[in-house]
Amino acid sequence: MRWWQAKKRDEDLVRELQSDLDLEEEEQRERGLSPEEARYAARRAFGNSTLIREQTRAVWNWNWLEQLVRELKYGTRTLLGSPGFSLVSVPVMALGIGATTSLFTIVRAVLLRPLPFRDPSKLVMLYEHFRQSTGGDGFNTVAPGDYRDWRNQSRAFEDMAAMRGYGGILSGVHSELPEVVQSAGGSANLFPLLGVSPVLGRTFTSAEDQPEGTPAVLLTWSLFQRRFAGDPSIVGKQIHLDTTPTTVIGVLPSWFTYPDARIQFWLPYAQTFSPGDYGMHDGHQSMVVARLKPGVSAEAATREVSTLQYRIHLAHGSKPVAEDVWFRPMIDDLAKNVRTPLLVLLGAVGCMLLIACLNLTNLLVARSAARRKEVAVRGALGGSRLVLIREQMTESLLICLAGGVAGLLLSLASTYWLAAHWRNLPRADSVHADGWVLAFTLALIVAAALLAGLVPAISSTGKGMLSGLREASRTVGGGASRARLRKMMLTAEIALTVVLVISAGLLFRSFLHLRTADLGCRVDHVITMKFGLPEIQYNTRDKVVFFHQSLLERVRRLPGVRGAALVSTAPGAGPSGDRVFTILERPAPSYSLQYDATALTADPQYFSVMQIPLLRGRVFTEHERLGNDHYIVVSKRFVDQYFSGGDPVGKHVRVGWDTKPEVYEILGEIGDTVFDVTKPVQPAMYFPILSGIPDQTTEATIVAYTSVDPLAMSMPIQQQISALEPELPVYNALTMDQILGKTTASQGFVADLVLAFAALSLLLAAVGLYGVLSYLVTQRTPDIGLRIAVGAQRSQVLRLVLYDGLRPALLGLVLGGAMSAGATQLLRSMLYGTGPLDPATFAAAAAMLMAVAALACLIPAWRASRIDPMQALRTE
Amino acid sequence: MEKRNGLLQGTLDMLILRTLLSGAAHGHEIGKHIQRTTNDFLQMQHGSLYPALHRLEKRGWVTAKWETAPDRNREFKYYRLTNQGKKQLVVEESQWKQMAEAVARVMWPAAGES
Repeated sequence: MRWWQAKKRDEDLVRELQSDLDLEEEEQRERGLSPEEARYAARRAFGNSTLIREQTRAVWNWNWLEQLVRELKYGTRTLLGSPGFSLVSVPVMALGIGATTSLFTIVRAVLLRPLPFRDPSKLVMLYEHFRQSTGGDGFNTVAPGDYRDWRNQSRAFEDMAAMRGYGGILSGVHSELPEVVQSAGGSANLFPLLGVSPVLGRTFTSAEDQPEGTPAVLLTWSLFQRRFAGDPSIVGKQIHLDTTPTTVIGVLPSWFTYPDARIQFWLPYAQTFSPGDYGMHDGHQSMVVARLKPGVSAEAATREVSTLQYRIHLAHGSKPVAEDVWFRPMIDDLAKNVRTPLLVLLGAVGCMLLIACLNLTNLLVARSAARRKEVAVRGALGGSRLVLIREQMTESLLICLAGGVAGLLLSLASTYWLAAHWRNLPRADSVHADGWVLAFTLALIVAAALLAGLVPAISSTGKGMLSGLREASRTVGGGASRARLRKMMLTAEIALTVVLVISAGLLFRSFLHLRTADLGCRVDHVITMKFGLPEIQYNTRDKVVFFHQSLLERVRRLPGVRGAALVSTAPGAGPSGDRVFTILERPAPSYSLQYDATALTADPQYFSVMQIPLLRGRVFTEHERLGNDHYIVVSKRFVDQYFSGGDPVGKHVRVGWDTKPEVYEILGEIGDTVFDVTKPVQPAMYFPILSGIPDQTTEATIVAYTSVDPLAMSMPIQQQISALEPELPVYNALTMDQILGKTTASQGFVADLVLAFAALSLLLAAVGLYGVLSYLVTQRTPDIGLRIAVGAQRSQVLRLVLYDGLRPALLGLVLGGAMSAGATQLLRSMLYGTGPLDPATFAAAAAMLMAVAALACLIPAWRASRIDPMQALRTE
Repeated sequence: MEKRNGLLQGTLDMLILRTLLSGAAHGHEIGKHIQRTTNDFLQMQHGSLYPALHRLEKRGWVTAKWETAPDRNREFKYYRLTNQGKKQLVVEESQWKQMAEAVARVMWPAAGES
């Protein structure tokens, strides 16, 4: 039997029942009953023929389809019958489902989807670990010497490859169109190890992967398209990198944007080192990726390399060489900075969706209460409970389906926006919706529909269903259990809202903290600009110092500039390299305990221009220049950490440069500046930039304190630079405000998003509260009217209703507060300058929630107190 | 299955099949026959009878055909046992017998042994 034969079969059934009914009637008549009595007797004997028909039809399994169609029809009709309800609930569900889908899309792309490499689950990143290290997570970048020893002396892994971030000035063969770009160095085996083949040309050979190998470069797809217009003939030709003619040997595929999309080209790993540095064990800058052997665990393989590293450590006792090797799966390594924020955001949208569901449940309960009589009548006529439940479920399913489809469209549009505006989101280019995302959304729709529909459906068709028939409008008790149910859901809704509001409050507070963070220097009216002199031309101290000196003189003469200075890296603009050192007057207690500080270079006026306070001694003068450069200025943190706060002036430090250590005298102590507002202050030492050592001072940032809008000074200063060196590119022309904004952008982004979700949830909770209370007041109108009629004061009525509404709110607040205390522990790593239990935030969130709740309750309460008793009693 | 006169679903199926063994009958006749034969002990509920008939038809144990009744000048839907239905009746009968014997042994142990 096919379902399209359903109609025929149904007609057949009706005919069968009718013929048998007629027969029964005939037989009754034959027994001597009157025709009328006979008909009634036959009907009685037969029972509910509609029910028989339905039950018989249920035998044939096309029944479910018919039912579904009928229920969908019915559901659509009831929804269209109350457009206001649909107009409120569908967008709310769309927002909830859309936001959750978007976040899931990103989480899937960033955290879950395997990396696009060959057998990616076998790839791990290796790091060095210093047992004495205090700051950071213990994962240290690797020294090239260590990496080479691991690779040559250990068979624990199938293979390992090294890479490092690098920079460079790219220009044409005639030095035209110079631009400063980010690049990376990769060992010859890196691309084969990852399973990446170039789309054009080849990857590096081992002969090229030597410090003095033939210069070769691999272009990324984006650079190939952007700068060379996708012209394949560039392969084999030369371009200039830092003025060195370099052969383009190949182009990488467009999907290869590892480790991040800003990298424009790759150089052979070894060529990013000088021959002396390539074997060093105490300069750490490289990332090592290793491929596991089949059947060997990452732990076991790493243990073997770690043993080897400990031998290297022992062999270089006096140098900063790590004792251990740690590993991290490559996929976790890539997402390490975004994992927590992503999960926090996913949690936030999940909460919001749950709140939206609870709100829908509440609205549906109210509707089912309004349809109580209808349901009761249908139940009395033999409608099965299952069918009635299913029918109410269809309604919530339709809402969730409409909301889900709208949400999916919303999320398709917003996900790209989200991924594009999230600074430094790894694998952002791989964010796109796929089958999994679609399945996730479907599951979300079904779960939401079940959650929102089941409670009202079950509660309205329960044992007391038939009491709806007896219920007169004066009865107050009838809706009591339903009201209790709604209040319970309201409590849950408010508790969730509290968690969201408190989390958002904490995140926002730390963001504000970051924005107003003390960099330790002047922030207003300062413009900074980076440049790097090509070391090929600027190969002597005199040349470098001449450039720096002339530039400073020119910029200082500009109208609108109050002061100008040079520094290697401006405060807040990111980390600079570290150097290890020993203090001659205070030898370290043990060889393994390494003294280590950020190394910066600065000119004499830097400290006064940037208002960095001088605490002891003096800063550089014009005399500490060229060969007379063995003087340093140290930061307060440096003194606190290595001199226990004692007087450092006149003491000497021996700094281990790449090859030979040199001794410097400490001239003075200055205030701390931070390199990244989200990170703790590091000890720093400043070397004179006017030493002109090409290796250390060609990369510089000019900072200018202006009397006018600092951005307006960026062009005049750039003109001064090009007047001295026409082809020198200038980059990162940023005001200090912008630098602060850049480092705090992603924190601000997350805080803004969570805040938006929290605000929305608050609105939803308020609407829910208002809805429940309005419903209660309407239901109790006769009761309240009676109370007023027998002498209750309006203020008493107001209090009564307010109390009714605020009690679940208060309960939710307490519950939510307790939940937040647990939830905010997960936020700990994202908080700055505030603890996860910040009482001010908790108090503010509670006060705000109570204010919103009171406002939502006030309108129905006021309406209740205005009830005209005569009217209320008469309308029954 | 709802309980009706304590009649199990499978039992009703068996009774219907047994009734049809003696020839084709329409729904009303089947109901009446069972009721009469059991001296009105089993009150036939139409809400169980028709679904049961259709279930048997769907399983292929009976066929249905509209035929004119010999004593009335109208068509009724007559159900007729198929060969498959006859086999099924044998199976159900033996199952029922085993069941009844088993129950009897528990209920009246002495009578069973003596």
